[in-house]
Amino acid sequence: MSPTPAAGSPVHPAPAAPRPLHATGPATAGLSKLRALESEAIHVMREVAAELERPALLFSGGKDSIVLLRLAEKAFRPGRFPFPLLHVDTGHNFDEVLEFRDRRAAELGERLIVAQVQDTIDQGRVADGYDPARPGSSRNQQQTQTLLDAIEEHGFDACFGGARRDEERARAKERIMSFRDDFGGWDPKNQRPELWNLYNGRLRQGENVRVFPISNWTELDVWQYIAEERLELPSIYFAHEREVVRRNGMLYAVSPFLQPQEGETVETLSVRYRTVGDLTITGAVESTATTLEQVVTEIAATRVTERGETRADDRVSEAAMEDRKAQGYF
Amino acid sequence: MSTPDPGPTAAATSTADGTAAAGGGTATAPAAEASSVLRADLLRVATAGSVDDGKSTLIGRLLYDSKQVLADQLEQVEAASVRRHGEGAVDLSLLTDGLRAEREQGITIDVAYRYFTTGDRSFILADTPGHVQYTRNMVTGASTADLVIVLVDARQGVIEQTRRHTFIASLLGVRHVTFAVNKMDLVDWDEDVFRAIETETTRISAQLGIPDIHVIPISALQGTNVVDRGSTPAWYPDDAAHPTLLGHLQTVEVSTDRNLTDLRFPVQWVVRPGEGAADVNGERWSPDELHDYRGYAGQVAGGVLRPGDEVQVLPSGVRSRIARIETLDGELPEAAAPQSVTVHLEDDVDVSRGDVLVGADEDAAALCRREIEADVCWMSDRPLRTGQRLLVKHTTVTTVAKVDAVLDRLDLHTLEREDAPDGLDLNAIGRVRIRLKRPLVADPYLRDRTTGAFILIDEGTNDTVGGGMIR
Repeated sequence: MSPTPAAGSPVHPAPAAPRPLHATGPATAGLSKLRALESEAIHVMREVAAELERPALLFSGGKDSIVLLRLAEKAFRPGRFPFPLLHVDTGHNFDEVLEFRDRRAAELGERLIVAQVQDTIDQGRVADGYDPARPGSSRNQQQTQTLLDAIEEHGFDACFGGARRDEERARAKERIMSFRDDFGGWDPKNQRPELWNLYNGRLRQGENVRVFPISNWTELDVWQYIAEERLELPSIYFAHEREVVRRNGMLYAVSPFLQPQEGETVETLSVRYRTVGDLTITGAVESTATTLEQVVTEIAATRVTERGETRADDRVSEAAMEDRKAQGYF
Repeated sequence: MSTPDPGPTAAATSTADGTAAAGGGTATAPAAEASSVLRADLLRVATAGSVDDGKSTLIGRLLYDSKQVLADQLEQVEAASVRRHGEGAVDLSLLTDGLRAEREQGITIDVAYRYFTTGDRSFILADTPGHVQYTRNMVTGASTADLVIVLVDARQGVIEQTRRHTFIASLLGVRHVTFAVNKMDLVDWDEDVFRAIETETTRISAQLGIPDIHVIPISALQGTNVVDRGSTPAWYPDDAAHPTLLGHLQTVEVSTDRNLTDLRFPVQWVVRPGEGAADVNGERWSPDELHDYRGYAGQVAGGVLRPGDEVQVLPSGVRSRIARIETLDGELPEAAAPQSVTVHLEDDVDVSRGDVLVGADEDAAALCRREIEADVCWMSDRPLRTGQRLLVKHTTVTTVAKVDAVLDRLDLHTLEREDAPDGLDLNAIGRVRIRLKRPLVADPYLRDRTTGAFILIDEGTNDTVGGGMIR
């Protein structure tokens, strides 16, 4: 049942060789797109670190938050990060991603806080949305409560997240600094205007803010940045052989949390993941791309959005993301 | 229609004092081995126009014809088109519908951002809706824009709204304005109609001092001259002098817009790792180096930083020299806006967040201002009045401010300045004199869009209630 990497295929990018300095062109000639976006994100992170009391960086082991970690290094090294890393673990994550999460945090020498959705359920604060007998069920809703609990327990007033405006149309309207009320809710009709690069980080009592430094990046920008920076990714982002079932037009990994239903056939296919969420809701794409360059080429040629292709949670309704954000979702 | 690639030779335009490079006008050319997509540069565009001008259709057309709409997005829009209009052509305006509240009410709530890439250039498009809160939204969208597209309905010609949009673009220091004369199909591509609009928009732009304008006839609905040429008439032939809208966006030169003359480096964050950070840094820094490490992190706002340059720290006026410019990727021989870097000074001087490094020969007294006059766009339901206390956030400084006087208010219909005895209402723009508790290192906005801009914050609600451009 456990996934097996395709024999002989390198699932990790090669170890980083000494890299040439990126700014080989004259500064006065202007920055490339990626370097302009990078600079904007670094600026956002430093502003938040300077103006808010207790930020945290939401790190899931997914590609977008991996980029955030590199940006934090660029913003604050050789100092420590002025914030811990926080992961809301539903208990249904890919083992490869959890292993990567822990290792990356250790390599960086930064503190990682893991908030378990299971604990929230055990404390009776939410009912488990996941029911093995109900295909398609997940803990997607419950992680919101665990996140809000963690924010309260640790007194976080700002959480950096890797969300991008190109992901989904509700996100397209969200500010870089997105304020949330006591219940974590987002009110799209009442957002602070965001002018120039001047961010107003002042909070009302009970408010906290989600900060999205890579708001202006596209999926392809993220992949190209990973390639250019030679960032390591969890192995599931690269093609590997895995037991999957086809369900509602998506390929789901067979796991203890997702068993084949009657009439479903288990196939072993070469797949990779385009996004990383719970095993119960994240679909794989068929692929033989085993290197970053091959993945970037496939992404550049794709005809379907990443959320449309691989996230069951966004296919529920046209406004699925909007509804979840109003309730405090990331 | 692609930007000429100057290649590695662009290095030759960099000069010793950095001033000549400002006029050099070379395009971006980073590492030579980078792929063509990595070499793409970025153009930030804001669109201005109301629903009736066909703005949503235009943006939908830009995304659709440039092949940026993916299959599942298109399926959603096709389904929605059928629900709303019955079977027939796809309603491209639905591509930009964001929130359910908007779809239900058929309105647009707020600034939305779209992303697309064609050829060597990527675009961030701020889509600013046209009715309620118009001024606030357009000011927000235009504040970060290199270029504004002002939509003109060919049937109506230049109307009050056209003048207002052009004015706001000029107020926000946008140097490139493109007038997209839409619905040309509805006037049978009548050249006289287009020429009249061209003459009038050119006249208004000259009056407002906008340096670079283009007037381009299109039909967003039929897709003529937006991305694809389609069949334009003989008076708008298929040649380089008559670009499509996208062709123009792909080639417009903005790299000379940055101020490369006046050094401005607002300090955001002081990097002081201490010995305790040794375990997070690998081999690059020794514990000894970390002990003494003191770097000033920030984003360059203007001018060019180079090691060896003498600088003043304002407002204190202390002088030192730049020892080195660091990034995670190594030291840099120079840095210019909008690079985020960490600067080290030769002397152990007192520098903290909110200080600004400027050139040695600058007039410190003139730069540090406790009183400013600015054009303010007011964004709160409660009016701005003389005597009001507010917070000003300017670069990395937030300070208490008092409104000394509301000097005038713009009539947004006539664009005439008039007395403002009642202050400024929501969405009003006017000239305001403000006194500051802490001096700001400020430039006229039209000289530097970073050190000339500020936001106003209400201390009671913490809301952002206005944006200002220093005179």
